[in-house]
Amino acid sequence: MRPVIMEEVEALRGLNSVKIKEAHEEGKKVVGMYCMFSPSEIAIAADAIPVSLCGTTQAPIEDAEKELPRNLCPLIKSSYGFAITDKCPYFFFSDVLLAETTCDGKKKMYELMGKIKPMHLMNLPQTSEGDDALESWHKEMIKFKIYLEEVFGIEITDEKLRDAIKLMNRERSAMKRLHKLNAHKPAPLSGMDMMLAQWLKGFNVDKEYGISLIEKLIEELEERIEKGIYAFDENAPRILLTGCPIGAGSEKVLKALEDAGASVVALENCTGYKPLDVVVDEDAEKDPLLALAEKYLSTPCSCMTPNNGRFDLIKRLAEEYDVDGVVDLTWVACHTYAIESFSLKKLVQEELGLPFIQIETDYSDSDTGQVKTRVEAFLETIEVSLATV
Amino acid sequence: MHYIGIDIGSTAAKVSVFEEERLVTNFNMPTGWSSIEASRIILEKLEELKVSKEEARIIATGYGRVSVPYADKTLTEITCHGKGAYYLLGKDCTVIDIGGQDTKIITVENDRVTDFTMNDKCAAGTGRFLELMANSLAINLPELAELSLKGEEISITSMCTVFAESEVISLMGKGTPREDIARGVINSITGRVSTMLYKHGVKGTIYLTGGLCEISPFIELLSEKLDKEVITNPLGRYAGSIGAALMGQ
Repeated sequence: MRPVIMEEVEALRGLNSVKIKEAHEEGKKVVGMYCMFSPSEIAIAADAIPVSLCGTTQAPIEDAEKELPRNLCPLIKSSYGFAITDKCPYFFFSDVLLAETTCDGKKKMYELMGKIKPMHLMNLPQTSEGDDALESWHKEMIKFKIYLEEVFGIEITDEKLRDAIKLMNRERSAMKRLHKLNAHKPAPLSGMDMMLAQWLKGFNVDKEYGISLIEKLIEELEERIEKGIYAFDENAPRILLTGCPIGAGSEKVLKALEDAGASVVALENCTGYKPLDVVVDEDAEKDPLLALAEKYLSTPCSCMTPNNGRFDLIKRLAEEYDVDGVVDLTWVACHTYAIESFSLKKLVQEELGLPFIQIETDYSDSDTGQVKTRVEAFLETIEVSLATV
Repeated sequence: MHYIGIDIGSTAAKVSVFEEERLVTNFNMPTGWSSIEASRIILEKLEELKVSKEEARIIATGYGRVSVPYADKTLTEITCHGKGAYYLLGKDCTVIDIGGQDTKIITVENDRVTDFTMNDKCAAGTGRFLELMANSLAINLPELAELSLKGEEISITSMCTVFAESEVISLMGKGTPREDIARGVINSITGRVSTMLYKHGVKGTIYLTGGLCEISPFIELLSEKLDKEVITNPLGRYAGSIGAALMGQ
């Protein structure tokens, strides 16, 4: 049985698209973002609403392919398709867009998207190591702050930045506490619901309401743990899902796993735990933009080289959540994650001694059967090995 | 008590029957247009063999596993092929199964599957590819393999099955000897398998299952390409159904 609060969480989808319209009509500024490298705090300090933009469904891909190559990651195509068809309310009401130079596909797509709406591009270093990288990313934070000040005709004070940092840290901490509940054996929340709750936070127009909802969900789940009510039975194989981001409309691998009887307990992707792990330093003596630069640069994304942080995080989560297997999802044509998968496989199988599978797919339903077979076969290898322990 | 494994693949349906611990019979037939129809015919054959489904445990596997209404359980072909290969070989192995629509590499250790790799959703590198290429040359698969042994090394450059077919046709048009084309076709499969196998990693003996295990020239050329001996068994094509039956025990 599903937690009662999940219905309210899910209702956020409808609610947020209405709220963004209302906010826009009231003259509130909206900053649309795609990536977790985006410092939402700076937008909040500018008294604007930071929102995630749509990019997790198949529907607009056909339109996107009129301009973009077919052999491109579905996330990029979906994002662009939504932008050119006006089907994403958040994109529609965005005053400005924030983009970053993450992967090659995204940064070149942004050149086309930037012709539709005003866009600011942050130059992301290709490494998170060393003082140079931090210094340059710090400068990018300053440039983004100045951009918003100019375009909105306002001043972003350090005090406003510190308040925004505190607000976003509270959201992160709530989300992190929620995620950690699934370290419990058995997990109280299904992976599907965890994904929805984590993914929807990006679209939250009213941050305080979102935080209070997550806190209510945590309370309900804690009660459930006490009563012994869980999402799956205790024998369900516990899976850590890593790789590319997912959201409503692109949850097929997660769904296939749980339909086949697994419990996806940890989501180590940008739509899951990854952005929650590190909070922003709230030290009142510190330059808040430097604190933001440090936090965002620590994101273990595959567009960084080297990206040892991801391997460390996976090791840590595999242990904390006591998982039985690791699934690495890579979207078609996502080169950085696809290449990293080779090293990840070695780490998971050889160092952690756990079963591993990479599943490469896109948002379409064309390979549902194959994905199902791969997922079921993977779970069979785990079940057989659990049975022999 | 009988233990029956039914492996309905995209091309052929394979059935193995165990009476307690003993493998008593295997039979196969084309899957045809409908897996449900195939599973009905299998039931009739089982009745002819005096095997009652009421006194048997039936495990279905393969792409058509969901179309066997009388199965007690379904399992994927990966688990079953691994189990069956271990039974036939009796030791740890890396199984290559070139199926109608999927090619799989399966690591089997201590009688259980520990890892596997499957080709992506296109037909490149699968049994279907070989079949279509043989059709273009107006011969059957065993003839293609036989012919290829006499051919010179040429390569079919297109990985895509549809383009490869056009390439074969244009090579024929240019008067390239059929044996050379056949060699090229086999090379493109063994090359693809070799890449998959290298990336997957080899543990123990390399063991070929599926319909191709009956075509010795193919095994010869595959061993040559991998630079490692490929072992098989006359019952290799039944690895999936044997494994399924064993999983029911």
